[in-house]
Amino acid sequence: MDTVIKVENLTKRFGDFTAVDNISFEVKRGEIFGFLGANGAGKTTAMRMLCGLSIPTEGKGTVAGYDIFRQPELVKKSIGYMSQKFSMYEDLKVWENLELFGGIYGMHDKEIKRKTDELMGRLNFEEERDQLVKSLPLGFKQKLAFSVSIFHHPQVVFLDEPTGGVDPITRRRFWEMIYDATASGITVFVTTHYMDEAEYCDRVSIMVDGRIEALDSPMNLKRTYNAKNMDEVFQQLARKSTRKAD
Amino acid sequence: MNISDNSSPIAIHCESVSKNYKKIEALKNINFDVKRGEIFGIIGPDGAGKTTLFRILTTLILPDNGTATIDGFDVVASYKEIRKRVGYMPGRFSLYQDLTVEENLEFFATVFNTTIEENYELIKDIYIQIEPFKNRRAGKLSGGMKQKLALSCALIHKPSVLFLDEPTTGVDPVSRKEFWGMLQKLREQGITILVSTPYMDEASLCDRIALIQNGQFLRIDTPENIVGQFADILWAAKSDNMHKLLEDLRNDEQVKSSFAFGDSIHVTVENGQLTVDSLKKYLIERGHKNIEIQPIEPTIEDCFMELSNTQI
Repeated sequence: MDTVIKVENLTKRFGDFTAVDNISFEVKRGEIFGFLGANGAGKTTAMRMLCGLSIPTEGKGTVAGYDIFRQPELVKKSIGYMSQKFSMYEDLKVWENLELFGGIYGMHDKEIKRKTDELMGRLNFEEERDQLVKSLPLGFKQKLAFSVSIFHHPQVVFLDEPTGGVDPITRRRFWEMIYDATASGITVFVTTHYMDEAEYCDRVSIMVDGRIEALDSPMNLKRTYNAKNMDEVFQQLARKSTRKAD
Repeated sequence: MNISDNSSPIAIHCESVSKNYKKIEALKNINFDVKRGEIFGIIGPDGAGKTTLFRILTTLILPDNGTATIDGFDVVASYKEIRKRVGYMPGRFSLYQDLTVEENLEFFATVFNTTIEENYELIKDIYIQIEPFKNRRAGKLSGGMKQKLALSCALIHKPSVLFLDEPTTGVDPVSRKEFWGMLQKLREQGITILVSTPYMDEASLCDRIALIQNGQFLRIDTPENIVGQFADILWAAKSDNMHKLLEDLRNDEQVKSSFAFGDSIHVTVENGQLTVDSLKKYLIERGHKNIEIQPIEPTIEDCFMELSNTQI
């Protein structure tokens, strides 16, 4: 299996404050990689560096084969991103959002048209196709935001707390969509505060005070920390935090 | 005046309350009572109507229909009295970002005609955690500290009823546990708490809960009773291929529903429909190895899913 994300000794400092402290890890193609940590542990800063939005202070890293120091623009083209805020244009229709994002990522009109038809059918969205995004229920928006983020078939998609606030059934349906995406070869890098969702990942890293304290499959983590679920693993590790900021 | 000394046993009374926004029915006929000294949880996803309910009860918007009282005062006729006696922590951080931690607290104390010193005992446990940063502007605080400051400000006038709208949303599991610890302590001091959350696992920390979806209460009871009333049989299933397991379970007509729950799949079966052995046999026929199926106690999330499946 080849590697889609590889970072070595990655560090980011803001003045005296080391937000991300010398982290190293690899993510394999097709993997679902869970990126956990308490608020303020450095997850967002690390994720911004991986997405080419923030230049690291030290270390090395490649995402989708491109160097995050020297080729951040190529990194951006090869990835997808979805945040909890969904970040679609609320005043555009469903199909207009797809056309806009497809165009930004350099897809051809024919391909956009074909994939829009295919997606609307698969999501059972035919009736919503011409509706403004702001009129959609939350669960629909979430599905659409995820579909937009992988519309250009990126090598890896970054999901930043994608399931916050949605109902339990929609939350689980969303994870079923994530599985479908990995089946089509997309690698998934995901953060969440729901510890049951950590169980759905192939491997999970847990950040504490800017460092990766643990990285393994959920089963191995539970064994190592003698815990009955991922919540217990997380509680044990995150309590080690000495950062005063949070 | 110490407004916490209230003899009425009902702190919040809500009767047939409805609210529409144009065509959207945000709340449909909401009825419930919160007893004095209770922690009452409103549990449901975004868009269910939680914030609308909080705004009506804290006199910020008017209901279209129905009546509600806080400490016996009507939310429409006696809104001024209610504003004196409740503390409200809205879902969005709404303190003054350009004032420091201490200035915010002083501001809220002054507005309510009191001082930090007068009620310091009440907020002490929470406030000492952010006191080292008392000269920092509120806008520069981390999420966890903002949450503690907002709670301190909502408490500084020693309210009789505390309204907390999604205080733990987006907060990590460790900080969430800490926050609930603070709420238990406040209850011991006699404060009634109405709290909303999208996290179903927080239900067990409430005395009673209401499960809400699409503007309606699905059920109101203690967490134990809600779990006890789960109508179906529930099993946790595992095999070597979890993804295929979910598909195969969904294809079995005798299975009512199946959803991933952490490292297993929760399978609901109507009473008398299917046995563990016959389900195992079905799965073996479909090539599954290392099958484990065990009867389990439902969680609040299982109950929510069952109720929302049948009612909506």
